[in-house]
Amino acid sequence: MTDALPMRPATRDAAYNFAYLDEATKRALRRTILKAVAIPGHQIPFGAREMPLPYGWGTGGIQVTAAILGPRDVLKVIDQGADDTTNAVSIRRFFNRVAGVATTTDTRAATIIQTRHRIPETPLREGQVLVYQVPMPEPLFRLEPRLAETRRIHALADYGLMQVKLYEDIAAQGEVGSSYNHPVMVGGRYLMSPSPIPGFDNPKMHRMPALQLFGAGREKKIYAVPPWTEVRSLDFEDHPFRPVRAPHACSLCGSTGSYLDEIVTDDRGGRMFVCSDTDYCERRR
Amino acid sequence: MYVAVKGGEAAIEAAHAWLAHERRGDPALPELTPEQIAGQLSLAVDRVMSEGSCHDRELAALAIRQARGDLIEAAFLLRAYRNTLPRFLAAEPLDTGAMRIRRRISATYKDLPGGQVLGPTFDYTHRLIDTAPRPAPAPPEREADGAAVPRVSAILAQEGLMAGEAPDPGGPVPDLTREPLPFPAPRALRLQALARGDEGFLLGLGYSTQRGYGNAHPFVGEIRVGDCAVAVTPPELGFEIEIGDVLVTECQMVNQFAGSATTPPQFTRGYGLAMGQAERKAMAMSLVDRALMARDLGEEVTAPAQDQEFVLLHSDNVEATGFVEHLKLPHHVDFQSELEKLRSIRARWEAERAAGDPARREAAE
Amino acid sequence: MRAAFADPVLDAQGAFRALLHAMSHPGRVVALDAAPDAPAPLMPAAAAALLTLADAETPVWTDAAGEALDWLRFHTGAPFVADPRDAAFLLATGAPPALDALDAGTDEAPQEGATLIAQLPALAEGRGWRLTGPGVEHEHRLAAEGLPPGFAAQWAANAARFPRGVDVILCAGPRLAALPRTTRLAEG
Repeated sequence: MTDALPMRPATRDAAYNFAYLDEATKRALRRTILKAVAIPGHQIPFGAREMPLPYGWGTGGIQVTAAILGPRDVLKVIDQGADDTTNAVSIRRFFNRVAGVATTTDTRAATIIQTRHRIPETPLREGQVLVYQVPMPEPLFRLEPRLAETRRIHALADYGLMQVKLYEDIAAQGEVGSSYNHPVMVGGRYLMSPSPIPGFDNPKMHRMPALQLFGAGREKKIYAVPPWTEVRSLDFEDHPFRPVRAPHACSLCGSTGSYLDEIVTDDRGGRMFVCSDTDYCERRR
Repeated sequence: MYVAVKGGEAAIEAAHAWLAHERRGDPALPELTPEQIAGQLSLAVDRVMSEGSCHDRELAALAIRQARGDLIEAAFLLRAYRNTLPRFLAAEPLDTGAMRIRRRISATYKDLPGGQVLGPTFDYTHRLIDTAPRPAPAPPEREADGAAVPRVSAILAQEGLMAGEAPDPGGPVPDLTREPLPFPAPRALRLQALARGDEGFLLGLGYSTQRGYGNAHPFVGEIRVGDCAVAVTPPELGFEIEIGDVLVTECQMVNQFAGSATTPPQFTRGYGLAMGQAERKAMAMSLVDRALMARDLGEEVTAPAQDQEFVLLHSDNVEATGFVEHLKLPHHVDFQSELEKLRSIRARWEAERAAGDPARREAAE
Repeated sequence: MRAAFADPVLDAQGAFRALLHAMSHPGRVVALDAAPDAPAPLMPAAAAALLTLADAETPVWTDAAGEALDWLRFHTGAPFVADPRDAAFLLATGAPPALDALDAGTDEAPQEGATLIAQLPALAEGRGWRLTGPGVEHEHRLAAEGLPPGFAAQWAANAARFPRGVDVILCAGPRLAALPRTTRLAEG
């Protein structure tokens, strides 16, 4: 698979500024990103631009990546953990065209990893940047859709509403209801959406050596978690947060510690389980 | 078989090739030209320019052709293009009072200075599909008399019965496309959002205000369609110059306002402005604009059309279509965790039932 | 007028990544590879930071005057303000204004807190303050020479009003280090 993906920098399309965005837009994004790092977990509104890819398909992540990307970067793009899912391919092609940067599927070789819905299995290191595509940045949106109200809740750190919701889930079904996009507390201050990653990935956010940046294009918000920052999944002492994975080994690499995709193999209930992180899986085979 | 669900790069190339083929249609027939689209599907072009926030008939026509007639897709193309353009200057406010009128009607007066001008309208046509259109007869012509066509809102204002607009706060006009929308949003930003808002969404909301969802008693004070001069003031010149004309549709919807301790009972107006001839859009916009003034006027906010966040964050069809359509992207990672979660909850439920101990569940219910 | 960045697009990107790295790793001293040759008393790192982040949308305060001020005005296009409290960015070539005299944002919009860029004679790691907090694995040491004597107390007060607060970028020649408002600072 590695051979099928361009490793060398492509020739940049000179019809566009480097990384597509104009410099004034990049400056505004960069100011926002620095403040996001200074206030871990706090969502900052920004003047998101219409990108040539649709809202909901990663425009927030794309704008964050475009604001930080330089010619010496090596970019990896994954969707659902895989490098070759269609939207990951599409975004990688976009940056290849407008920035001409080198791309890779190797988690270890990447300096910037843009992701939708997963954190790679290979531990990230200091100096790497993980850019999340975020659909709904507001962790409280199902409980309180009004932005003016959630802004006030975050200002007061008044998160009782979310605690009550989790408690009701436990009372009704014996465990918390969210299996993905499970909210986290960042630095003990801000309740934050980790984006729709499976709960399995939540613990990887805690004291991660890499910088984590989150971009929500349609909702026009950016937030961040600096390296080595405390990120705790919301839970209760008697019902601790429990990351879940399918209780199987990967059919391809045998991994019993990675997050698995369930593949339906026939119409008689046949299933196989394979790693969602394609790079991790291939390296283990 | 497992490999067959992957392989994105080749699949994307193939899909794009097929799309191009389908877009072109039967190669034995001539391809539509942008001039034909701009000339004969002009209302589609108008809508795409409004929702694409970019006045360029030729580009809008090209976008419609590229989008296979999908007008939201065409508006998206136009917006993405617009975003790459440098900004030179902001135009002076359009003077719609000085509009060269093509159509002008008022529902509030039988006759009024400037007269009622029907213009090119579907109103009073019988909606019978014309299977064999005849060549269009030349419309009758008459010299413009050059008389002033005062706005109906000005006629009411003379009597002191029309609420004045809030004074210009001064400073640069906020720009929805450069800054995130704050809440509560000032009217300038509300109008910007409505102007690029989806016609169908605004139509439904405007309609709802007529049916009791929001306290509306609307009258079409005036709809006018015509050409307006666009002027800019380059800083190096320091005076205004005209750079061209745009066709716009303006609607002023008159509504009653009960008044308050400090404000006398008077009319208020909702405002609608759209590029091209777009009466339905301008009318719906003016209804929703008026509904959104509820908060400023101290009226009770009870209906969806009066709710700023609800209206302004859901009216943009490029945003809406992106997020609705993104549901077709792969979500198997989150779905997998939902599967595992449901299996776990289900197993607990079955075990409790088998043990005949529904107490805990009942306590929870 | 002296030039700013030789390559306005890529040099600004490089400077931003240095700033991002510094802000993500409080106290880490980062060197810029392409800094502008700014007129005295502007240091290359401080000038690069302002060129990278400031523009017509950000009010700037500085104590620099004359050619240095003209250079900043011309190359950033930013409005310069007289009162430090009105500034989004402050560039202090001499003694910086007190932190509590700057815009700290609000609890709802703490991102509106100012960024202070301070020029110092020297920055050294491995001695001086003991820094902890987000971005620091265990503890990081930074010696920042030339700050006013009460700075540590000012910083403690700044951290105490979190999430409101100001963030600081310390510059020495072509090198810089950042103190985001989350950083706790103990005197070495």
